[in-house]
Order: sequence, then C-alpha cells, then structure tokens
Amino acid sequence: MNTPALDALSLLLVYSAMAVYTVAFVAFAVDVARRSAARPVPAHELVGAGGPAVSAPAEPVAIGPGRGARIGFVLTVLAWALHVASVVLRGVAAGRVPWANMYEFALTGIAVIVGVFVLSRLWRDLTFLGVYITGLATAFLGVATVNFYVEPIPLPPALQSYWLVIHVFVATLATGFFALGSGLSILQLLKERRAGGFLRSLPSSTQLEDLSYRVSVIGFIFWTFTLIAGAVWAEHAWGRYWGWDTKEVWTFIIWVVYAGYIHARATRGWRGSRSAWLQLVGFVAVLFNFTVVNLFFKGLHAYSGL
Amino acid sequence: MSRSSESDPLRPSDHIDAAPEAAGDGGNPRLGFVGWLRFLWRQLTSMRTAIVLLLLLAIAAVPGSLVPQRSSDPNGVIQVRADNPELVWLYDALSLHDVYSSPWFSAIYLLLFTSLVGCVIPRLAHHWRAMRAQPPRTPARLTRLVGFRTVAGDASDLDRADGVLRKLGYRTARYGDSISAERGYLRETGNLVFHISMLALLLVVGIGSGFGYQGQRLVVEGRSFANAQSSYDTFTSGRWFDEGALEPFSLSLDDLDVVYEMENPNAIGAPLDFTASVTVTEPGQEARPGQIKVNEPLRIAGANLYLISNGYAPRVIVRDAEGEVVFDEYTPFLAQEDPMMTSLGVLKVPDGLDEQLGLLGFFYPSAGQLETGALASIYPDLLNPVLSLRGFTGDLGLDAGVPRSVYALDTDDLTPIAGGDAEADELTMALGETAEIPGGLGTIEFADVQRYGVIEVHEDVTQVPVLWITIVLFVSLLASLLIPRRRMWVKAAGGRLELAGLARGEDPTLERAVADLARRIGGDEAEAGSETSAHPEPGADASRSDASARPDADAAASASDTTPEPRSDATGPAARRGPDGRIDA
Ligand code: HEM
Repeated sequence: MNTPALDALSLLLVYSAMAVYTVAFVAFAVDVARRSAARPVPAHELVGAGGPAVSAPAEPVAIGPGRGARIGFVLTVLAWALHVASVVLRGVAAGRVPWANMYEFALTGIAVIVGVFVLSRLWRDLTFLGVYITGLATAFLGVATVNFYVEPIPLPPALQSYWLVIHVFVATLATGFFALGSGLSILQLLKERRAGGFLRSLPSSTQLEDLSYRVSVIGFIFWTFTLIAGAVWAEHAWGRYWGWDTKEVWTFIIWVVYAGYIHARATRGWRGSRSAWLQLVGFVAVLFNFTVVNLFFKGLHAYSGL
Repeated sequence: MSRSSESDPLRPSDHIDAAPEAAGDGGNPRLGFVGWLRFLWRQLTSMRTAIVLLLLLAIAAVPGSLVPQRSSDPNGVIQVRADNPELVWLYDALSLHDVYSSPWFSAIYLLLFTSLVGCVIPRLAHHWRAMRAQPPRTPARLTRLVGFRTVAGDASDLDRADGVLRKLGYRTARYGDSISAERGYLRETGNLVFHISMLALLLVVGIGSGFGYQGQRLVVEGRSFANAQSSYDTFTSGRWFDEGALEPFSLSLDDLDVVYEMENPNAIGAPLDFTASVTVTEPGQEARPGQIKVNEPLRIAGANLYLISNGYAPRVIVRDAEGEVVFDEYTPFLAQEDPMMTSLGVLKVPDGLDEQLGLLGFFYPSAGQLETGALASIYPDLLNPVLSLRGFTGDLGLDAGVPRSVYALDTDDLTPIAGGDAEADELTMALGETAEIPGGLGTIEFADVQRYGVIEVHEDVTQVPVLWITIVLFVSLLASLLIPRRRMWVKAAGGRLELAGLARGEDPTLERAVADLARRIGGDEAEAGSETSAHPEPGADASRSDASARPDADAAASASDTTPEPRSDATGPAARRGPDGRIDA
C-alpha cells in the first residue's frame, strides 16, 4: 500500500477508536451515575476504647467497580488497541516515528495516556478514573482530527535525529503519568469536599493522594529526562543547550511546578489539598505547553505542521 | 534530643518528618538580635519558603515566553518596540526583553539557592554522622508501627534474623533481645547530591559562560575564512573572553548540498537534507575534510561549528561602456520567508562607471510567471535561475563614513533608472544572460550562482561539565525518589518474634517489606500468622480531620524520635482501626 492509502486506513482506525472510546465513556458515566444514585448506607459509628469515633469502611458492595465500569474498561482496551494500530499505521505511512507534528503528537500522546491508564490495571485497579481518561481521550482525539490533521510529509532536517525518538516519546510518557495523577488529584479534592454518592465508593482522599503522588513522581522522572535530553538535542541542532526558547521556558515551568508539588507533599501544612492543586496546576501547564504554546507562541519549536 | 534522632535525616523544620518544633521561639518579643537572625534563617530554609520560591520562579518565567527576548529573538524585540512605541519605557523598566537576566528573576533564583544552601549544609553534616551511627534503639512497643506482626521464634533466632536483614541491605544493631535495622541511606545521599548538583549547575553556567564566544559567518561555496574575531559577520563573547582563546583553524566551504522533496505532493520543495562539505586546516596539520549537517555539528578542538542557514549568491559582472569589468562578485541574497527561496539582495557599484550604481532586486532559483505576469520562484532548487534587479544612480553614501548594511539600499536620494518609477524595465536576466544598463552606463551579466551557508562557530566551556552534572543530577534524583529508606525491628517477646517497620519519607511498599521479612525469618508460618496491621487497608476511609494531619506512620516516627517509647494513648488522628474493626493498640 502507498502512503495515502495507509494514512486513510490509519484515520479510519482513529475514527473507530473515537467511537469506541465514546461508548466506553458512556458506560463509565452510567456506572458513576448508578453509584451516585445508590442509597447512602449510614456509616457505622464505632467508638474505640478511649479513641474518637471512627467511621467504618464504606459499604463494601460499592467499593468494587460495577458492571458498567467493567464494560467500560473492556471497551477502553478495545478502543486503545484500535488507537495504537492507527498510530502504528500512521508511522508506517510516514516512514518514521509518528510524532513529528501536532496531529501526530496528539494522536500518540493520547494513546500513551490511555496506555498508562490501561496498563496501570496490572498494578492497581484505577477503573474509577475511566470517565476522566476516556473523556479526555475522546475530546482530544476530536480536536486533533478536526483541527490538527495534516497529511504525512517527510521530516525536516532539524527533526532528523534519534533524539526525536527519545526526547518526544519520553515527554509523552511523562504526560501520560501526569494525566493519570491529575485524575487522582481531582478525585482527591472532590473527596475532601464531600464524600457522598459516587465518591463514597472510592479510596480515601489520603490514598488517592498517595497514588497521585506515586504516579506523578514517575511522570516527574520522565519529565526531568525530557528536559535533559531536550537540552542535549538543542545543542546538536541549534548550537546551544539552553536558550530560553518558548518551549524550553514552558518545559522548565512545568518541571519547577512539579518540584514545588514534591516539596509540598513533604511539608507540614501543604500536604492534602494544596499539593493536589499544585499537581493540577502542573498538568494544566503541560496541556498549555502542548496546545497554546505550540500553536500561538513564536519560537524555534515550530513543528506543529499547521 | 535522644540518641536515636542522631541517625534521622535532618529535615527542614516544617518537613513532614521533622520533629515538632519546640514551642515559644516563634514570636517571642525578647528574642534579641541573634534570635531574630536565627528566626529569619529558619524561615528562609523552611520547606514552605522553598515551595513559595519555586512557584514564584515558575510564574516569573512566564513573561519571557510572551515578550520576545533579546537572547533568543532579537528581531522580535525590534518589531515589538516598533509596534508599541508607547510601551517601550515599560519593557525597559521591567527588563521584559531580558527576563532571564533581569534583577527580579535573578533575585528569585538567588534567594531560592540561598535557601537551598541553608537547607543542605546542615543536612550534609548530619547525614555524614548518621551514616556512621548505629541504627536507633528499638522502641519499647512495636505494635503500633507499620506492618506489625509476629512469627514463631525466640531470642535464639535473632542471629539468623540479623543475617537475613544484612543480606537485604540493612545495617543492624542489637539492643538486648531485639535487632534494630535501617536501610536506604542512599535515599538521603541522593537527595543531597541532587540538590548540590543544582547548585553546581548554576555556578558552572554562571561562571563558565563568561569564557565563551559565538560568531556567525556567511561563506559562499569555494570560499574560506579563518577563526578570528575580525572574520565574523556577528560576534558575541562572554565577560572573561580573551581573543587568544579562539581555536586557530581555517575552514573552507567546498560544497553545500541541499536535497528537496520531489515526490510527496504535500511537501514538494520541502528540504530533506543540508550537508556542508568543508575542509579544515589547523596549524601544523594537514588539511582534512569535514562535514556539517543540521543536527550534526562539526567539532574542532573546543569549538563547535553549526550550519545555521543557507541561500544563493549570484555572481554578477558589471562592465562599463568600453567593456571593462568594474564589478565581479558573488553577492549573497537573503531568502525571504518563502519556502521556494525567492531571495532579496543588493549590489553596490561605487566605482568605475560614470555614476555610482545601486541595484536592488530578487533572485528566483526556479522562476515562473504568476497570472499577473510577475515573477515568482516555484521550486527552491536551481531549475531556472533568474535575477531581476531595479537600478538606481546617485550617491550611495558609502564614503560618508556611516556604516551601512550590505543588505540594504537607501533609495530615497537616488534616481531610479530601471524598474519602479523609471522608464526602463527591471533588468531581468536568466543565468548567463547580459542586460544593458539604461543610460549607456554599460552592461550587467548574470554569470553564475553558488550556494552559501551561514556557519556559526561556538565555544562554550560549560558544555561538558554541564552534561556531567546533569547526569549526576538525574541519577541522584532516581536514588532519592525511588530508594525506600526504612527501619525494621525484630524483637523477641512473649515467646515469639515481633516485627515492625517505620518509613522515613515516602515508602509505599513498607507494609509488604515487613511481610516479606516475616516470611524470610518465620518461613511459611508467617503467611498465615497473626497479622495485625497498623496500616489502613485499601477501601478503609482514613479521611483526615484536616489537611495537615500526618498519616500515622509519620506521627509514630516523630514520637519515636523524641522518646524511644511511643506513647500508646489512642487519642488524636493517629488512632486507626484494622480492616475488621478491631483496634490495635
Ligand atoms: C532550586 C530549587 C529546588 C529544586 C528544583 C528542588 C527539587 C527537588 C526535587 C525534585 C525533590 C524530589 C527529589 C528528591 O527527593 O531529591 C526535592 C526534594 C527535597 N527538597 Fe528540594 N529542590 C529545591 C530547593 C530546595 C530547598 C531550598 C530545600 C530546603 C528548604 C529543599 C528541600 C528538599 C527536601 C527536604 C526534599 C525531600 C523531600 C521528601 O522528603 O520527599 N529543596 N527537591
């Protein structure tokens, strides 16, 4: 098959993946709604010997993901398989790694975000993030196909480097972990505010915070690597390892915000919702860096292809 | 302070693991001068200050991405100032074109690094001692610590347990019928090395960049230049730069090869490759060939050579009315923002003709005609090179002593003789053609065209040290974030062995580690053994009374820091219940 045919097939797979993600999203949403509607079970007040009242674990039935969530998860895996296939085909069509312009960054980046979510299942059951992740994936894929799509073209010389493979891919990996962490932080914040409905069935806010921290720290390690690799590449391509180019500035900002987040987690009085807010500020900066900075800011990283 | 705290990582006073502060030295009005200094210093070196300064640094970096910076976008700076003359004072007052060297940005990072130094130095000394100290005394009661469980065994099994712990990388000490073990000192080492590397990075960049230089030079194919300050078109150097530091070499550009896409209909004319073939001559050595590509700089001694941009330099020969050559040069034309390489250039012929002659116009590597009849380049390579120039006569101003850009021609005081307002048409020549200059001044020939490359020569002594520091930084970051630091205790009591652990810093796998240790010491029995967990199980709602309450491992930790025996009163947020609702304590 030639390039346009492969690319058309890739696009077809993207649309299919979007359709399945949407159904998965609905399944997750129905599950959340069902759990929100469930009659709250009064928490048993147990009074310990000499201790304060401690609420018992929430109603056990609500803890495990419901059928909707299980269906949602299976559909997410299916959509992800279609999505990954579309990414691979795009790469084959272009004859290089499929992350060299906005459309491809988005396509691959979202696949990595969902991939981190799906594979995290091997470690922890985070199905309760399904609505967030599939929602994010559907919305971003929509924007990417409608607004960012370009036909595959060869790499400009500035991008012909193995650093493209390493630097950009590790950046999307970091983004995947930050995205997962931000979902957990959002739930943590919600949970700290109220504990009714759907939220009742989630882990405690402390546990959500711990999970978010662990995931975000992985993201931070990858981001640190991205920053260093970017500097090495910049030296090869532009003759200096650091020049405060707009994209460099934003990569730095994100790194510093997450360093602040890590310190906040370790500081009395900053743990809890403050550190969760910092995690979210960091992730918003990641999204901002990817969208607004790529599209509207002037700089050397003019690779959006638009 | 009890001896046991000696081996704790010393943390800033508001660190989650730090011992609670002694009350009363906060706002005491009779603090005295030294007291105030100490108070201020503690504020500066607190975690809170570090967070606030980090966030300030992030915010302060934003404007530099919105307003063009002199260092990265000098043309943008000129443009913005020309577009907003009424705001120029504001840009200058706030150093908005030099954000990253501005006083306010520098103030933030200098404060941050002062805080860093103040934070790290006491910890360094402390850690140095801690690494040599014995693990702390075993708490009197282990029951409320993480992962508490018992396995079969008695004091005679302690030697074996000691061996198991050592094999797992713990440092151990015997206190009566118990073993106290600690591991993960590398976490604190990593953390300290990480923070110190950042300091080193700042110092190396701050000082080292003063020795560097950077020069750009446009070279036409077949020409050469020597690495001397005078041969550069633009040259900048650091504060401590000395011209003797220039590597003595010369370079000739033999060939600049550019490959353009010809097949993909979406990318016709997109450049695929730039390769500059050069010859390098160093004193006392034979000339040797070299290559510069985008992404592949050429390294000559300490200098790095990059190919920055490229373009065309047509060779134009001007002859007077008698046919005598008065001008014969390759003149670089600058590519306009056009992927098809339509390029703009200026030729100045001050001598030899009856009048001074200025020529201004376009070079089209592959000329085609638009519907309007105007010329345009339709492909960036040399398929149909055409030169089209407007002519002017008059005083070119070259003798006035005012430096003039070779790329600009001020036509205000000149008389147009060809193109524009003049009667005669522009002088348009395909390669090899000759045109008459109106007014019988002579002829002009488009004799040849060569490519040129702009080569940047850059020497930066910080490059190699910075790379090494970043590698150390990254590795120590990994150590600091991923290595768990924990204590374990094994104690013979009541005819069994009690086991429990304590986290120092983030340690999500501690519970599992205790279970694993129990299995190694107690064998299979441990699997089914009585497990009384002090840790909340997943699903248990351990919601806090307030956001700053610490999880109880930490609370227990600081309790054991100050008194070897944690108090067992179950008041306060530390009270926890096992999954089955029993209270352990
Ligand atoms: C230049 C600014 C700074 C940056 C970019 C930075 C970055 C980091 C990072 C990435 C970590 C997590 C990795 C690790 O544990 O080593 C960390 C941890 C830590 N930093 Fe900093 N830091 C800075 C300044 C400071 C300052 C000024 C202090 C002292 C107040 C400090 C105290 C700490 C402490 C105590 C930890 C360990 C946190 C824990 O126990 O988890 N840092 N820092």
